[in-house]
Amino acid sequence: MPNGAEPALRVDGLKTVFRTRGGAVHAVNSVSFDLYPGELLGVVGESGSGKSVTMMSLIGLLPQPPAEIRAGEVMFEGVNLRTCSPEHLRKVRGPGIGFIFQDPMTSLNPVFTVGYQLREPLIKHMGLNKKQAHARAKELLELVGIPDAERRLKDYPHQFSGGMRQRVMIAIALTCDPKVLIADEPTTALDVTIQAQILELVKDLRQKLGMAIVWITHDLGVIAGIADRIMVMYGGQIVEQGPVKEVFRAPAHPYTQALLRTVPSVRGDRAPKLSVIEGQPPILTAAPAACSFRDRCPKAFDLCHSQNPPRFEAGPGHDAACFWNSAADSPRAAPLILTEHDHA
Amino acid sequence: MFTYTLRRLLIAIPTLLIISLIIFLLLEAAPGDPLGDVPLTVPPEVKAKMREALGLNSAWWVRYLLWLKQFFWVEPVHLWDYTFGTHFGDGMQRVISFQSRQPVMAIIAERMPQTLMVVGLAYIVGVLIALPIGIISAYKQYSWFDNIGTFIAMLGFSVPTFFTGVVLIIVFAVKLQWFPSVYDTMLEVTDWSSFWQQIRQMVMPVTVLALYNAAQISRFMRASMLDNLGQDYVRTARAKGLTENVVVLIHVLRNSMIPVITVIALGVPTIFGGAIITEQVFKVNGLGQQLILSIYANDLPMVMTLTFIFAILIVLFNLVADLLYGILDPRIRYD
Repeated sequence: MPNGAEPALRVDGLKTVFRTRGGAVHAVNSVSFDLYPGELLGVVGESGSGKSVTMMSLIGLLPQPPAEIRAGEVMFEGVNLRTCSPEHLRKVRGPGIGFIFQDPMTSLNPVFTVGYQLREPLIKHMGLNKKQAHARAKELLELVGIPDAERRLKDYPHQFSGGMRQRVMIAIALTCDPKVLIADEPTTALDVTIQAQILELVKDLRQKLGMAIVWITHDLGVIAGIADRIMVMYGGQIVEQGPVKEVFRAPAHPYTQALLRTVPSVRGDRAPKLSVIEGQPPILTAAPAACSFRDRCPKAFDLCHSQNPPRFEAGPGHDAACFWNSAADSPRAAPLILTEHDHA
Repeated sequence: MFTYTLRRLLIAIPTLLIISLIIFLLLEAAPGDPLGDVPLTVPPEVKAKMREALGLNSAWWVRYLLWLKQFFWVEPVHLWDYTFGTHFGDGMQRVISFQSRQPVMAIIAERMPQTLMVVGLAYIVGVLIALPIGIISAYKQYSWFDNIGTFIAMLGFSVPTFFTGVVLIIVFAVKLQWFPSVYDTMLEVTDWSSFWQQIRQMVMPVTVLALYNAAQISRFMRASMLDNLGQDYVRTARAKGLTENVVVLIHVLRNSMIPVITVIALGVPTIFGGAIITEQVFKVNGLGQQLILSIYANDLPMVMTLTFIFAILIVLFNLVADLLYGILDPRIRYD
């Protein structure tokens, strides 16, 4: 989709560090990406790869301290969200960028009715009165497919099932027609049938409302079904990024390749054993000075241990942060640098 | 909710009967003689007659049943007579204090206002101080405000009221002479100057008790706020673009108040019990002081009745706390 259009969201060199008793943890290391209007960007990676932290850093939702956003720019509608005033940030949250959280069971306030929680942002951001907000809240519940919306508005979150609560969360994120919707593993806590329904719902809504969506998940199957572009994260960095078909057809980073091998196939021969990626993801107590995947990488060679690879072009709109040229199956000689990885 | 309340009230009846029996038996088992204060010059025959007149010769269960009848039947009838000017209760024997030969209930009614004014006000002041301190302490955890709050709470918790009371008396009544050290129960508020005098004599006892109450409740408030501030729904509220005031004072506070309200409700009976020690220190003629005097004098009917009234209040406010919990937390349903 990057055909000259202005990105809806531009993230450049974002760095987030958590200060813990055991020292600093570098959770996000110079992450840069663009999100274009109407695009659905899938973000994958194992637990702890920095997916959620990156997205929460964007609109300042991490508690500071212990989190600290050290560097980077988050450009949204011409304003850098990292340095703007708290008032401006509050105006962006909701009408600008909507957020769907991972756990629908705990993300709704238990003592307020669903109607109240839906009306709140409508009254605050859209200037509606209570009656109008009520009507709109009802529409939103109907939009996300909750039957008997009028009556359900008076119910409390505990009266909803998990799937229904996630629909309510989606409705809350949609209240102010956001330009960008960030969905942080919205289907992880749900069973497979509900998951499929939610996926259909989001696809549907994107078509109806035309917003840009960031979809965080560790389910590659989900990404393949809905995303336009995919971003693979490892150790708080983007290791590969490109159009979803391109990345699935010719993964350029050994991590992506390994990740794709771990997906069990329901067709064809049954593999004798499920494929796993050996080893543990790194604990990032320092900013990476070498490739963070090197210890688990089958292709690692001396350069990987001394330098953090920049992002190399791997195809049209497709790049990977790896010194190994997968297409040629050889180490890279002269790196053609796309983006400087370390800005600070 | 109504059936639940009714059921709880019905269960309260056997509970209270058992409590009354236990109190009675404990008082029976306690050493001491109601006639211990009678001078030695009184001949033994006279003493024996006095004993008989007080009903002390009959078996304990006879006296217990008599007390039950007096408390649950005669006293309510008298209250009815008093309120509506009828005469149903004439000639019925009320619960009489050994010490003063007055109906126990009359003494309680006489002393209740002092206790409610001083101890009740201290409770209200304590709660009103404690809530904001707890909220701010939690929101700004480990800030200088929180540290000072924690220090004062520890002080209020650990330093007994008889100590803080005496310190206040020495500093503000003896040295500075700002406030009177003795509470004058006879003072009647008729004009501004007597009102001012009343305020002045209430300052010190109220301060001592309020500090103690505030110390406890502010800790509860802080802990409850901290529990909720880390919850996912708080992040959701922030992601909706709500201001910090709305996030903290509406979303978090509403959840945090649930356990705190319960604690506050459970503390209410202690107001009626009077602050025994503080009332002694400042010479407030309240119920707490009466209880101590009656215990010294072996005034069994007085002690029995006062203790039992506290028991009723405790059972009642336990129910109130449970009902409030059900009202505040939509997840709890009593059916």
